[in-house]
Amino acid sequence: MLIVNSELCVGCGLCEDTCAFGAIEVQDGLAVVGDACTLCGSCVDVCEVEALVLEDVEKSVQVDLDSWSGIWVYCEFRAGHLAPVSLELLGAGRKLADARGVKLSAVLIGADTKETAEQLIGYGADVVYRVDSPALQYFTDEAYGAVLTDLIQIHKPEVVLAGATAIGRSFIPGVANSLGAGLTADCTELAIREDDGALLQTRPAFGGNIMATIVCPSSRPQMSTVRPKVMKPLEFDAARTGVIEDVEPAPEQLATKVRVLESVLSDQDDVNIQEADILVGGGRGLESEKGFELIRNLAESMDAAVSASRAVVDSGWIGYPHQVGQTGKTVAPKLYVACGISGAIQHVAGMQSSETIVAINRDKEAPIFDVADYGIVGDLFEIIPLLITKIEGNR
Amino acid sequence: MKIIVCVKQVPDAKDVRLDPETNTLAREGVQSIMNPYDQHAVEEAVSLKEQLGGEVTVLTMGPPQAEEVLKQAISCGADHGVLVSDRAFAGADTWATSYTLAKAVEKIGTFDLILCGKQAIDGDTAQVGPGLAVRLGIPFITCIQKVREASETEIVMERMMDDGYDVVAVSYPALLTVVKDLNVPRVPSLKGKMKAKKAEFTVLSAADIGAETACIGLAGSPTQVVDVFPPKPRGERSILTGTLEEQIEQLAEKLAVYL
Ligand SMILES: Cc1cc2nc3c(=O)[nH]c(=O)nc-3n(C[C@H](O)[C@H](O)[C@H](O)COP(=O)(O)OP(=O)(O)OC[C@H]3O[C@@H](n4cnc5c(N)ncnc54)[C@H](O)[C@@H]3O)c2cc1C
Ligand SMILES: Nc1ncnc2c1ncn2[C@@H]1O[C@H](COP(=O)(O)O)[C@@H](O)[C@H]1O
Repeated sequence: MLIVNSELCVGCGLCEDTCAFGAIEVQDGLAVVGDACTLCGSCVDVCEVEALVLEDVEKSVQVDLDSWSGIWVYCEFRAGHLAPVSLELLGAGRKLADARGVKLSAVLIGADTKETAEQLIGYGADVVYRVDSPALQYFTDEAYGAVLTDLIQIHKPEVVLAGATAIGRSFIPGVANSLGAGLTADCTELAIREDDGALLQTRPAFGGNIMATIVCPSSRPQMSTVRPKVMKPLEFDAARTGVIEDVEPAPEQLATKVRVLESVLSDQDDVNIQEADILVGGGRGLESEKGFELIRNLAESMDAAVSASRAVVDSGWIGYPHQVGQTGKTVAPKLYVACGISGAIQHVAGMQSSETIVAINRDKEAPIFDVADYGIVGDLFEIIPLLITKIEGNR
Repeated sequence: MKIIVCVKQVPDAKDVRLDPETNTLAREGVQSIMNPYDQHAVEEAVSLKEQLGGEVTVLTMGPPQAEEVLKQAISCGADHGVLVSDRAFAGADTWATSYTLAKAVEKIGTFDLILCGKQAIDGDTAQVGPGLAVRLGIPFITCIQKVREASETEIVMERMMDDGYDVVAVSYPALLTVVKDLNVPRVPSLKGKMKAKKAEFTVLSAADIGAETACIGLAGSPTQVVDVFPPKPRGERSILTGTLEEQIEQLAEKLAVYL
């Protein structure tokens, strides 16, 4: 609880101005704390008369934090493919492991994983726990969760990272709950705090309008899901050595109540827009399903994947897996080309961490230009065909 | 069919912005709405009820004013509303929230299905649904985009994946989280609105649900926010100039780096 000492409070309002959550109001010369308080403590730091205290709550601290050691990466493997984010996480994990002076381990769960385990060593892992079984061919939260939970309980790593993908964001929260561990979703930055080795997990909140740094001071492992494309993989090094440990899952871990009847891979376009290096996004400015073909053509000329605003998805010109934004996917490609998209906050929330943003819009006041690195004001029906010709000509 | 839907009141994102000068949230006129995904969860619950019979209870944990989202759900066809509210819940992260909701669900009693949104748009964490299921010891499936068939004992549906979708089946009890492709939430009818106006909700405190102090609010939250700051500003607004041909020339040059 945040306690206001009414004897000391002078009602100066410094705390009110500092509170990012609008949770403090000075009423009749006294700070009053409201329900929006997240107990972040920034008000305590600014209070000049020390009238604010964060009452130390009895945290159920695990007794043996120090017995947890090592950095782990869950490496996602589905339908014969390793998710690229796994290699990015090994890159990030390697840095954390070196900073802590501990080993980096990968966990590989699936069926027919073949050479993938060796590949993970080449990308930075010291140890690979390989759980390969025909029963793990299809992803289920229960089986994957049970297998990973068990491994964590046996080996006690201090940090567990996973991709913020459909699979990672589904079963990792279950694992964290089973273990009583803190989990931070969708991190975009990870670092080790020097004094106590805590993992500093930074993530966007409120649709990317705010960044928050989060720690798990009293529980282990410290778990994070990390967005695809924000971390960098290491160069593959065939000379790197490591240990592959085959793990036999217990039969009860594989018994699931959920039955996967069929796995349907999309053939239309590339739906995994979160893994694309270049995205061409189309908005209502394309006017029709036929108009939207222009976006596909531009994407093709650039070897890019296609995304869209909600207005386009709602009109049925392309499927929901392609929607970027607050109620769609969050993407961070190297290049995002927004065509005929106004740049509503709900759309921008999903793409503003792209490395470079280009906007084409006929309205020079359109908010998309606020986040764009380069913009062209004009009619996209005129611009895009010219651009395609130019790009193809340059090849 | 007894269905429980977890709904959360969230600030409308378009109103939330951090002032880079003062590092505070612009708070004028921040509207509260029902988390958009949860609206789809309510819709699905109500249409399952219409198809199979039964009742829909909406559950929210939040301050007293969160009653608004319960009202909204009632106006769209839900039958009962439960508000779990206590100052002791302040500072709860998704772990403590899952615990609290699990306790509340146990208090509510038996159920066949629990529906949640995929994620709440204030935090985008997508953790409460799976967390709640694990605590209740029931299976969960996330990101349901379509219900293919539902009977009194089993539900067959499509779950959205990054590379397509999986068709999955589960018997009750189970917990599902939903995405917006699932359905189109109905607009409240006049009758619904009248019902919502008169609706009375069950209000439960931490003591009422038998929650342990060490597991709720800040004390029960393994994650702790230690810093809040505005995102790095993007570069200058840069609109290309010159004739159309020149602009395209320039743009193609910029793009070439990536191709
Ligand atoms: C709760 C909630 C959640 C939402 N979630 C999302 C989300 O996840 N993703 C999302 O995208 N939206 C989302 N939205 C919707 C969002 O607010 C906008 O309505 C939507 O993004 C608008 O799409 P648009 O930019 O394609 O269309 P518009 O806003 O209509 O913009 C079209 C643009 O095209 C330009 N244009 C038109 N013709 C031409 C031309 N010939 N040449 C060049 N430019 C042209 C116009 O100047 C205009 O700027 C959400 C809304 C709510 C309330
Ligand atoms: N305080 C709450 N009260 C009721 N339901 C909630 C609450 N927080 C989260 N939920 C449910 O859990 C889902 C996921 O939320 P989150 O894990 O916060 O992204 C939401 O869509 C809601 O269905």
